[in-house]
Amino acid sequence: MTQTATTFRRMKDLPSTHLLGTGTPMCAGCGGLEALHQIYDVLGEKTVFVNAAGCMTLLSVYPFTPFRGSWLYTAMASAPAGAQGIRDALDILREKKGLPPEEDLEVVVLTGDGAAYGMGLSATSGAMERDLDFIYICYDNEGYGNTGQQYSGATPHAARTATSKGAHGFAGYKKDLFSIWAAHRPTYVATVIGAEPLDLARKIETARDLEGPRLIIALAPCPTGWDYDPRESVAIGKLAVRTGVWPLKEYRDGRIQHTRVPRERVPVEEYLKKQGRFAHLFEPERDETLLQELQAKVDAYWDSVEVQGG
Amino acid sequence: MSRTLLTGNGAAAWGARLAQVDYIPAFPITPQTEIIETLAQWIDTERMDSRLVTLESEHSMITAAGGAAATGVRVFSATSSQGLLYAMEMLYTVAGWRTPFVLVNVSRGLAAPITLEADHNDVMAARDCGFLQLHCANCQEVLDNTLIAYRLAEDERVRLPVIVNLDGFYLSFTREPVVIPAAEQAAAFVGPFNPSSIHFRASAPESQAVAVLGGAPYSYFRYELHLAAQNALPVYDEISAEFRTRFGRDYPAVDSYCAGDAELVFVMLGSFATKARAAVDRLREAGWAIGLVQPRLLRPFPEQPLQQLLAGKRGVAVIDQNLSMGKGGVLHTELAAALYGHPDAPPVLASFIGGLGGRDISDEEFFEIARVLQAAVDTGQTPPPRLLYTQDELMEIRKLQAIAHVERKELGGTA
Repeated sequence: MTQTATTFRRMKDLPSTHLLGTGTPMCAGCGGLEALHQIYDVLGEKTVFVNAAGCMTLLSVYPFTPFRGSWLYTAMASAPAGAQGIRDALDILREKKGLPPEEDLEVVVLTGDGAAYGMGLSATSGAMERDLDFIYICYDNEGYGNTGQQYSGATPHAARTATSKGAHGFAGYKKDLFSIWAAHRPTYVATVIGAEPLDLARKIETARDLEGPRLIIALAPCPTGWDYDPRESVAIGKLAVRTGVWPLKEYRDGRIQHTRVPRERVPVEEYLKKQGRFAHLFEPERDETLLQELQAKVDAYWDSVEVQGG
Repeated sequence: MSRTLLTGNGAAAWGARLAQVDYIPAFPITPQTEIIETLAQWIDTERMDSRLVTLESEHSMITAAGGAAATGVRVFSATSSQGLLYAMEMLYTVAGWRTPFVLVNVSRGLAAPITLEADHNDVMAARDCGFLQLHCANCQEVLDNTLIAYRLAEDERVRLPVIVNLDGFYLSFTREPVVIPAAEQAAAFVGPFNPSSIHFRASAPESQAVAVLGGAPYSYFRYELHLAAQNALPVYDEISAEFRTRFGRDYPAVDSYCAGDAELVFVMLGSFATKARAAVDRLREAGWAIGLVQPRLLRPFPEQPLQQLLAGKRGVAVIDQNLSMGKGGVLHTELAAALYGHPDAPPVLASFIGGLGGRDISDEEFFEIARVLQAAVDTGQTPPPRLLYTQDELMEIRKLQAIAHVERKELGGTA
């Protein structure tokens, strides 16, 4: 399948009717829910969301659901395997039992970073290796958010979490899940963020119109986990892109393309200082060493992108 | 009726083939692997119209099985031992989804120490998850129980997954003559899968397995699951009666052998019960009024037939091929709970542990169990649980330990 022209050229092309219901128990200002709203508007209701344990497990609490389409909660480690079972069963129903094509569903895995970067990585790898026809949405709030933001494989260096409260925050580094996924050579991998709706809509549109494994990581600013006022979610999301901390990119046909290259990058500390989880870098005194290290990592990333011409 | 030599694994594969299963999520593990290899070969040579997918773990395998069953196709899977435990989270989960499918477990002892041969600690660990359990004593039962299991799982009064259990090596790799029912006959018995309200489709959006808040809705759904499992007792009786009419083989929820006039009774599960059956013959020749009671269903637990079959007996020896650490035999405990307070309950209910990791139970040991049981009946004193082990076995272990000490010394370690 070749890339078709996008229907989303300007902001006003974005869907104006919103499909996902309101009144969910997500936190105010949840960047994950912000992204999911936009994603659902593009994917539509002919979908079955296969969920792993995480914040969004609480979207469907008996007897309510914000989804107009279908939903299955599985467990933390194996949502992609649940998607495998449903996809295979729908194929069998179409081939053997006369299920009409209009009754078919797009199977969409929905997990947090805890499942995607860690416990569920083996199941995701398996699904890609089997060339499963599915979409994977990871809302990445950079920690085990639903249990109170302990550090996960997605937590950035120096972030304070419920399990990294020392003077220098989290000692580890955020795992490069985009590259891990892309190394499987699936149909499509992309990063998105709710604060950049046009870029997000185009990528979900691309994913929707392809077949095979299509995987999306949505950086999900998290007021409770990252410690900032919920009203700041969009501003922090935009800063994540403008500072170069969250590169917007896509992988397809063996190539990585950056969909937004911030030529004049805002200093990383503008992003960091808006979040309580990085407050120890500024107070009681500036941690110049760590700040420089964090800036240098981002600079090195973009330097390598420019070398590769991506 | 012509019979074919089949291993227990072959019989399980034939059961899946005759039930015309649509989907087989798979993962290899000894001693189960022959089942999925057989099915894969039939599918590859177009003798079977089904889809087999190898997942990357048993945890994923059971998730895929549940996902497919929740979409409305007939699903078969198989595992063993460590695999069953690796899938444990999902066994509870998919039973809670009320997805009807059949999982064959080829029983094998659990690590550590790691071993390959049979005992029931694996399947006992799955006792409380919501899967029903049918236990097989021979290869014919493996095939027949697989067909029966689909009827049971898919019955609208039940709607639960079912484990068909067979013992590793003793059945999995042992060839026995098995009647393979004609495909049409089997299809007529099992019938097509009618998923009714179980589906995912565009015109009928469905949220399955959603979260609940609070103990009241949680308890409601858990009680529903338990009541459905209990419904499976009368439903099983209906299905096994129909099976007897159609195929001439009788599978009551609890089987018995020479139990009617017996004063003493062995109670055992699975293929080792056939050893007890042979021992009953020898003991009867030696003048003992002894018999065997053998549950086929473990979940739901067939309390009433057990109470009836054991009423008025003087002594019962439960021989458990499992060991609940710090307590003892699981079947013994369950039977005690079923019998307690019944006026005709046997006064002596003794516990023996044997057959762990495929360890044999010899005729001599059955004779010894009978003697211990008789002594208990005579004195009115129930003996403490007995772990079956012989002097010879202990000597062999001491030899291995002696070798280990010598080797360590020679390598310069401390003994």
